[in-house]
Amino acid sequence: MQSNFSNTNLDFKDKFLSLDFLLIFLVLSLGVISIFVMYSTEQGNFGYYTKSHLYRFLFFFTFFLLVSFLKIQFWFKSSYFFYFAVLFLLFAVDSFGVTASGSKRWINLFFINLQPSELMKIVLITFLARYYHKIPSDNVSSIKYIFTPILAILVPVILVASQPDLGTSVLILIGGIAVIWLTGFRIKIFLYSFCMLIFLIPVALSFLKPYQKSRILTFIDPERDPLGAGYQIIQSKIAVGSGGIFGKGFLQGSQSYLDYLPEKHTDFIFTLFSEEFGFIGSLVLLLIYALIIYRIIRIGTKSKNNFARLYCYSFATAFFVYVTVNMSMVLGLLPIVGAPLPIMSYGGSSMLSIMLGLGVVMSCKIYQNVDSPN
Amino acid sequence: MLSFSETFQNKSRLISRRMFILSSIKITVFVAIISRLFYLQISENIKWRSLSDKNRLREWKLLPQRGIIEDFFGNKIAENTQVFQLHMVPEDVPNMEEMFFKLSKLINFNENVKKSLIRNLKKRKPWQPIIISDNLSWEEFSRLNLFLHETPGIKPIVSVDRKYNEDGSSAHLVGYVSEASVKDLKNSQFLRNINAPGLKTGKNGLEKLLNKKIIGKPGLQRFEVNAFGKRIKELKLTQGVAGKNYRTTLDQEVQTFASSLIKDQSGSVCVMDIYTGDIISIVSSPTFDPNKFVHGISEKDWQLLLQDSNKPLINKPMSGLYPPGSTIKPVVALSALENDVVSTKKLVQCKGKIELYGQTYHCWKEKGHGFMNMRSAIKQSCDVYFYEISRRLGIDRLSLTAKQFGLGKKPLELFNEEKSGVVPNTKWKLKNIGTGWVLGETLISGIGQGFFQTTPLQLCRMIAQFANGGYEITPRIIDDRYALQPIINSWREEFNYRNGILSSSNSGLKKLYNNSENIKFINDALYGATNEPMGTSYRSRFTSPKYLYAGKTGTSQIRTITKEERKLKIKNKDLPFEKRDHALFVAFAPYKNPRYAISVVIEHGGAGSTGAAPIAKKVIKKVLDRHKLRQKYQLDLFQQV
Repeated sequence: MQSNFSNTNLDFKDKFLSLDFLLIFLVLSLGVISIFVMYSTEQGNFGYYTKSHLYRFLFFFTFFLLVSFLKIQFWFKSSYFFYFAVLFLLFAVDSFGVTASGSKRWINLFFINLQPSELMKIVLITFLARYYHKIPSDNVSSIKYIFTPILAILVPVILVASQPDLGTSVLILIGGIAVIWLTGFRIKIFLYSFCMLIFLIPVALSFLKPYQKSRILTFIDPERDPLGAGYQIIQSKIAVGSGGIFGKGFLQGSQSYLDYLPEKHTDFIFTLFSEEFGFIGSLVLLLIYALIIYRIIRIGTKSKNNFARLYCYSFATAFFVYVTVNMSMVLGLLPIVGAPLPIMSYGGSSMLSIMLGLGVVMSCKIYQNVDSPN
Repeated sequence: MLSFSETFQNKSRLISRRMFILSSIKITVFVAIISRLFYLQISENIKWRSLSDKNRLREWKLLPQRGIIEDFFGNKIAENTQVFQLHMVPEDVPNMEEMFFKLSKLINFNENVKKSLIRNLKKRKPWQPIIISDNLSWEEFSRLNLFLHETPGIKPIVSVDRKYNEDGSSAHLVGYVSEASVKDLKNSQFLRNINAPGLKTGKNGLEKLLNKKIIGKPGLQRFEVNAFGKRIKELKLTQGVAGKNYRTTLDQEVQTFASSLIKDQSGSVCVMDIYTGDIISIVSSPTFDPNKFVHGISEKDWQLLLQDSNKPLINKPMSGLYPPGSTIKPVVALSALENDVVSTKKLVQCKGKIELYGQTYHCWKEKGHGFMNMRSAIKQSCDVYFYEISRRLGIDRLSLTAKQFGLGKKPLELFNEEKSGVVPNTKWKLKNIGTGWVLGETLISGIGQGFFQTTPLQLCRMIAQFANGGYEITPRIIDDRYALQPIINSWREEFNYRNGILSSSNSGLKKLYNNSENIKFINDALYGATNEPMGTSYRSRFTSPKYLYAGKTGTSQIRTITKEERKLKIKNKDLPFEKRDHALFVAFAPYKNPRYAISVVIEHGGAGSTGAAPIAKKVIKKVLDRHKLRQKYQLDLFQQV
């Protein structure tokens, strides 16, 4: 075990040189793009959203770099603590949370209105990655070891869903399931559960709030209520579709400029981007995201310990899900659920959780030669 | 250690295998998203782009200005004038009820107006301006401007609207406009194309006839609007094109004069140029103020017009049908001469009545005229003489001549209200009444009674065609110089031929006679009727040679006079008004070198000589006095006439 620790005593120069500069460059370019798009949502004014997005990005980007230098062992050891701390915050939101637009998602930490559900996306993955780190793959599917992960996933998912925040809770759930999948949980059981889920859909629907039901019905037929529930998706499709190959040009997106686009700072930021920069621009953006995911997976592959590998793969999957769920949603492929686009969307907690997640990934990169983090 | 390492190896291999499966799913999803983007942005781009433009662009049509209708001298009969309107942008009004209350203090804003406004408000978007009143008085307008700071959301606006001559002398001919109704829009494609708010359309008369050309092309304002419909910026402004102006052949001064002469009576006056067919005056009485219709006539005014027994809304010169009475006699005489039925020297003894086919036919002069030749029969309007010649002529030959002179057909064929009247013949009766022609009907047709029905405009044209030497003319109401030129050329050639300058005439004018002497004879007889003692309109003659004219009176019965009435010698003025005779008079002036024809019809006006001729006399003087002025405006081609 001695040899494991010897690898971790790197000096700063080594650490710095072992950073994944391509990943940093990709994140930085995404950040630059997001600031320009935010500038466009404010019709070319360097206004409140643009400024605060810029400051947040700069702050959390620095945060990301700082986090990278933390030892992988730190993340491994403190993963349980972080999980329970965030879980505690989620309970706290339930009682002391700040209510905005009908749901209680935020907790006032005086310097920031934090959305613990966003943090949960990351800490759940570290929690499960640590939990499965010790368990031999043969035992993964046994009853004894499935109980804890399911509880660890379901408690936050239910808490978040009851805020209500269906989108985030689904994303947390998918992140958790991704870890279980990667550990080698039996495919058969996955299939059974999936079938059961389908049977449970009608039951689940009856628990949904009326606005959530109408979102799903609207997804099936947006023309059902074009000025009400279907408005967002119709206007979003108009914006994207009218962008064409090369887009309407920077600051020329009439759909957003004339306020036809709802939530253009947050969930529908891709719509605006796609309207102004067209098919080509969207491809470039998709490529950046794909490369980020690829780099994360590559770091996981290069890691010599299963915690790091499991974490990177799971985070890459979760990141992929965030990106695709958001895009599918604004393109009318999925119902409208609140799901921000990583880094692009306005929102501090979302930025914090993504940068934290990336920071852990970078820490895995720096300490990729650590055999065992404990 | 080894086993641990082995487990580690196994585990990482497992994880990597699972990751591989996941990665292929990821690639599939990315491909799906790219396909979706391709589908939306490239395949369906046009659809979404047009939807985006539909979102973004709003067009406002701007009302075009209607063309102006002028008389021959450029006086405006229908023009556009400033009106004061009150517009409101509903979303800018903080408190609607309070606004209504304030408005009720400032302008004429009663419960009815309020109700219809509220009804309209519901149909519109809150940012669309709505017209509260389109015809404010100056006092209301200035009051509103004074209190403008207390009434946010309303805008007093100066706009243009139609205005007509108030005397209404041309109301029937020119017609009026009023707001295009749902039905108008439904029936007319070009109105739908314009479809600007507050669009007014011609409802009748020239306004309706010329509507398409006079209405103009609407302007267009294209705005970019935001999702809430607020105008963000103007992208395009196309100014509308004002409608075409029209000059008519009317003389507004004669119109006003003639209208004032008969304003208390029910009837009509028509004056026509005997060569060009230009209608100089066409007046219907009683008349109405067309301006009342522009902003929607009030129910009270409308009922008044509808209930007036003199029918002010009827355009009498074109749609009033009257038996022509003795005014038909020139046609009967010409027909008899042309058909060689009688000669001008034919003598008939008038004893005041004649017994034919077991029936007694009376002359208007109970004592009888004694021996009459054709000239004296026309001059004194002897009925017995015309019974005799129409008996010899027969109805079918008479009807042919009458039709040639334009009776029984629409003179202008422009207006819906034009009536063609009736020129009876044997075929007509069989077809329309179903029984055979009775000889007695020929006799009364010979004095313009019975089935004969004519409009005042037809009579005017008839006498004009005698006056111009027996040539067909087409009445004109729109002064179109290009169309006039060939007519003038034809007449010039005809005159040159008549004056012996040309050996043959190729004028293209349609002759209505075979022997020009017959026309001359009849015109001379008409001269006698007005200017010689015993003539029926002798009392209405002019002594000054400048104004000498020739005319024929007519008194058309609208009922059969019973034997008892004849015995009692009941005078026309003793009868109830609606049973009294119609008074008619047709004439042309001046007698030497005639230029104008006139017809006057006064409903229930009694005898033509007393009811219609004196009016005609005054109008003739007016027209002749204005002849020189009119010639100045006309092409200088008739100097030689």
